[in-house]
Amino acid sequence: MTATELTLVQAVNAALARAMTEDPAVIVLGEDVGADGGVFRATEGLLARFGDRRVLDTPLAEAGLAGLAIGLAAQGLRPVLEIQFSGFLYATLDQVLNHAARLRNRTRGRLSCPLVIRTPSGGGIRAIEHHSESPEAIFAHVPGLRVVAPSSPSQAYGLLLAAIRDPDPVIFLEPTRLYRATREAVTDDGTALPLDRCRRLREGADVTLVAWGGLVPEALAAAETLAAEGIGCEVLDLATLKPLDEAAILASVGRTGRLVIAQEAPLTCGVAAEVAARVAERGLTALRAPVQRVSGWDTVMPLPRLEQAYLPGAARIAAAARRAMAWT
Amino acid sequence: MVTTTAAQFSVALRRHLDRDGGALGPLPDWAAPAALVPLYRAMARTRAFDQKAVALQRTGRLGTYASSLGQEAVGVGLAAAMREEDVLVPSFREHGAQLWRGVTMHELFLYWGGDERGSDFAGPRQDFPVNVPVGSQAPHAAGVALAFRLRDEPRCAVCVLGDGATSKGDLAEALVFAGVWRLPLVVVVSNNQWAISVPRARQTAAATLAQKAIAAGIEGEQVDGNDVIAVRTAVAEALESARAGHGPRMIEAVTYRLCDHTTADDASRYRDDAEVSAHWPEEPLLRLRTHLHAAGAWSKEAEEALLDACREEVEREAAAWLATPPQPESAIFAHTYAAMPEELRRQASEAAAP
Ligand SMILES: Cc1ncc(C[n+]2csc(CCOP(=O)(O)OP(=O)(O)O)c2C)c(N)n1
Ligand SMILES: [Mg+2]
Repeated sequence: MTATELTLVQAVNAALARAMTEDPAVIVLGEDVGADGGVFRATEGLLARFGDRRVLDTPLAEAGLAGLAIGLAAQGLRPVLEIQFSGFLYATLDQVLNHAARLRNRTRGRLSCPLVIRTPSGGGIRAIEHHSESPEAIFAHVPGLRVVAPSSPSQAYGLLLAAIRDPDPVIFLEPTRLYRATREAVTDDGTALPLDRCRRLREGADVTLVAWGGLVPEALAAAETLAAEGIGCEVLDLATLKPLDEAAILASVGRTGRLVIAQEAPLTCGVAAEVAARVAERGLTALRAPVQRVSGWDTVMPLPRLEQAYLPGAARIAAAARRAMAWT
Repeated sequence: MVTTTAAQFSVALRRHLDRDGGALGPLPDWAAPAALVPLYRAMARTRAFDQKAVALQRTGRLGTYASSLGQEAVGVGLAAAMREEDVLVPSFREHGAQLWRGVTMHELFLYWGGDERGSDFAGPRQDFPVNVPVGSQAPHAAGVALAFRLRDEPRCAVCVLGDGATSKGDLAEALVFAGVWRLPLVVVVSNNQWAISVPRARQTAAATLAQKAIAAGIEGEQVDGNDVIAVRTAVAEALESARAGHGPRMIEAVTYRLCDHTTADDASRYRDDAEVSAHWPEEPLLRLRTHLHAAGAWSKEAEEALLDACREEVEREAAAWLATPPQPESAIFAHTYAAMPEELRRQASEAAAP
């Protein structure tokens, strides 16, 4: 099978179509996902191809939609729910936390919830209010959920397929600003990626840079800058935020002795804090410098004119790596 | 200016038995005395279970418990109208419906005694477990009904919730879905007049709760919730219509909570005893018993034998439950995911060997 050059959003579309082709239980639902093909076009063409019993344009009611999808999933369907913009994912919290995440546990496995909630995530596209959130930590805190954040077309394809096939609820956060940023050769052969492994994108001896979603290109750019200064960076794309690929993180820190974690979300109680804590608990002796976190500020996500003042980028990531290097 | 009527609505109230068990006009064909006796037995069985559960809580053996005293006709009536293959999506006060559908007393004791195994029903495998976050089960029921619709299965989902739950957006959103897609969903509002201490009149300014369905394009009606004939008939008609593809219905069963909200509640803090006493003569068991007596289908002896049998069953089930060993501590880790992630496995072994 030949590979096709796809953008990230096209890869999402290809994964949805593949999953729907291979499993009649997979259905796609959400606001404007049918005739409109989704506001970002992630579901384009699916209605025509699979019909209105598999692709459902829904009324505008996010909390209810999450609950509706739980009912579908408990009946053995595999709903893939699109929440149109990240800020409206919060409305699903009650249903996701109190029901989706624990239906299996509270019924001792009698009922389960094979549900995927996809949403565009993060800033950098000069969007209006409530459209640029990074909600991963809120969901990663919840037992029973998986949280996934792809950063490339091929990863979006493989991880989304895995998320749909997984028997438990998955929050799938698609980096909005990478939807059309690059193209990558993707082989649409139904191969999924594991939901508990991160990806090493670059090898280097001095510093481990950990990032996910929209910040992965920033970490790679920082590594490029630092290489010119003689600082070698290993870049890890976390990809699955829950569960974390702790072994890969510890192994990398074992090689480099320095760790910079970059997240777009606010600093306090973020996923970066969890990564840092794991390394402190189980990898401390490998560290030659304090762990450096680079993040958004503990502020409300600003409106577009100040967005760049909030978003951490390659410069701040590189500066953190230099700070770590200055220790030893 | 010209104004015309854009739309007009009304809400019917259905009742078959008067307060004293007398028939208001001819009864539905199914409601011959012989068919009513099993409903009466089920209501008595529910009441006996509630009584035992409250007693077990009072002696510190069961956790906080929500009795359905006075509301037995709602649970039994709606469950009796359902088919086995339908799916019940209940609140936390539907023991009557659950027992009718084959959830065992053992399972109910397990659940209310704080053991997850109580929600692993051996009988109705697809029924939802008890729902504690008020009203949040309504969209689940819509989802179940949507699954039936998408698979062309002649099955229905039945959602039960309280008067308080009708204030939540969950119900409004579920009704929106059900209305737009004409889902095979029947929502039963068990209006027991109170949401803990909040009386019905303070829950909403709407004249009825049934009319909330009308706003979503769904038929809504009221039934006398202490008249098991009315409940069963209304739900059966709604199910038949839904099963035939004519869409959802909402039925507000008007009843009364004769007990405290739960065993953790003291209703005398907010509700006059006189109000409760005034409702006792309308309670559902008395009403059906009076009706069956008048029809010659029930006797003092039958009543005594039934109460003995119920007592014997709940005592036996309670004893068996009390003798059931708890789950091992490691069970808290089980079923968090289909396959346990590494970190959880690590925590499980840390818990096992601290
Ligand atoms: C979302 C939510 N809010 C509050 C509570 C606490 N609570 C439990 S039952 C209840 C009242 C429910 O009233 P109603 O819906 O009329 O049902 P009833 O208890 O009368 O059967 C409240 C406030 C809860 N369980 N869930
Ligand atoms: Mg109530």
